[in-house]
Amino acid sequence: MTQPQARTTLPVENWRKDFPILDQSVSGHPLVFLDSAASAQQPQSVIDAVARYQQEDHANVHRGVHTLSHRATDAYEGARDKIREFINASSRTEIVLTSGTTESINLVAQSFCRPRVGPGDKILITHLEHHANIVPWQMVCEQTGAELVVAPIDDDGQLELDALRALMTDDVFILAMGHVSNALGTINPVKEIVAEARQRSIPVLVDGAQGVPHMAIDVQDLDCDFYAFSGHKMFGPTGTGVLYGRESLLDAMPPYQGGGDMILEVSFDGTVYNDLPYKFEAGTPNISGVVGLGAAVDYLLSIGMDRIAVFEQQLHDYMVAALSEIDGIRLVGTARDKASVQSFLLDDIHSHDLGTILDHQGVAIRTGHHCAMPVMTRLGISGTARASVALYNNRDDIDRLVQALGKAQQIFS
Amino acid sequence: MSQQSDDLYDLYRELILDHARSPRHFGRLENATHEAAGINPLCGDKLRLYLQIDADDRIADTSFEGTGCAISVASASLLTDTVIGQPVAAAEAYFESITRRLTGTEPADLDARLEKLRALDGVREFPSRVKCATLAWHALYSALHKHDQPATTE
Repeated sequence: MTQPQARTTLPVENWRKDFPILDQSVSGHPLVFLDSAASAQQPQSVIDAVARYQQEDHANVHRGVHTLSHRATDAYEGARDKIREFINASSRTEIVLTSGTTESINLVAQSFCRPRVGPGDKILITHLEHHANIVPWQMVCEQTGAELVVAPIDDDGQLELDALRALMTDDVFILAMGHVSNALGTINPVKEIVAEARQRSIPVLVDGAQGVPHMAIDVQDLDCDFYAFSGHKMFGPTGTGVLYGRESLLDAMPPYQGGGDMILEVSFDGTVYNDLPYKFEAGTPNISGVVGLGAAVDYLLSIGMDRIAVFEQQLHDYMVAALSEIDGIRLVGTARDKASVQSFLLDDIHSHDLGTILDHQGVAIRTGHHCAMPVMTRLGISGTARASVALYNNRDDIDRLVQALGKAQQIFS
Repeated sequence: MSQQSDDLYDLYRELILDHARSPRHFGRLENATHEAAGINPLCGDKLRLYLQIDADDRIADTSFEGTGCAISVASASLLTDTVIGQPVAAAEAYFESITRRLTGTEPADLDARLEKLRALDGVREFPSRVKCATLAWHALYSALHKHDQPATTE
């Protein structure tokens, strides 16, 4: 990824102050939050939007004729339109609102794949995947007799592209891959891979949970068939998510869950399903959450994803340089193209012991297998410590991380 | 030192670090009569405990192998030090005692033989790590009772 030449003075303090949760102490030290890859913090504007909706606008959506119901529907559908624009989908009928990436992927697995695959068919994923992009496919394979095929990675945590190409055979029904690895930070060349898959008529689902927070996403440019992501990883509320799907595919897919709102007419003689995208949105949605997600989109656009990407890259470079100077550090995940997520190990210290000691210094990192057990097994380790950087972090945070790691070494020396 | 600092040094005190770095009775026991695995898959702690119980119902020999965090390894090492040469009934009692002590609000009184296990007391201030400390003990229980499934404390 080439770095833009502009050296903007990044108004770091302005962004950090938007996040009230960061202003607290943990174990007697100011909190250093380096776990955004697990869940990002919400800016005040998102918190306010949710509260304002609950205080002033709440009613059930779509069904009412009264004023509050109209306001709630406008807020909810307004958020859908913001999301469409955020990822440059061509139509709002292609934006299905879900409870998160996991539900989005399960929807595609059950609704797109399950009715159509059987013995002799293959579902292709990669060795980098998060469990959310593994287990739904394992389930479909078990249900239908299809076979799961896994594309390999190298020791740096990069996809072996030649091997992946060779696995794109005629019997592959779908390719499901992550945009960015949550465990290793690897950015996959999604656009290039999608182009090759399309040449072979293989639809592609992209797990964008870690993509959307770190860069501008243009689903038309990527040309993927499905793109799934979560609200809470992009500074929005938990319990929200999106499945972008190519309209022609969504149209042909049977509903995933049945209930209210996804129907036009119900009788015991037959039921008529609703149009897109409502066909896939059964029941009362997480309205206040989606309103918050819309506000998160507004917040990110007010800064600009490209600007955020540059900032994160610079801070990530600083973090990698600082970590590399520590005697006994082992960086795990050293792909050429990376997002601001860094796994590592330190001497012989188990990552859980690192995590506990760091927490004691007020530094929050994540430890373990990060819901990517196959990645860990492939690299011959049981887990890692992982520090992930977002727009509210700064060099001080990295310095504190390094200090805390020093203390861990002291204790274990 | 602040209270929090005390807690950390309590958890990672010398005895624990020593046992973690140089675990006692480490390795496979060839003539084991009882054995059991203890696995916390979400955590990455994985150990196997071996016991050799003789005709007098005494733990003549014991060992363990595996990988895991300092707490889980130290606890397993202290366990082997504690139960070796002891009657099975005593080992059962130690299991009850130590697991209650680590997970309960009231510290159970410790048998004189368990004095070294006071080193694990620090874990009570770190709730997410209690399972690391109790894993080996649940493996002990499984081994004594010949359970088929690996023990887990998750």
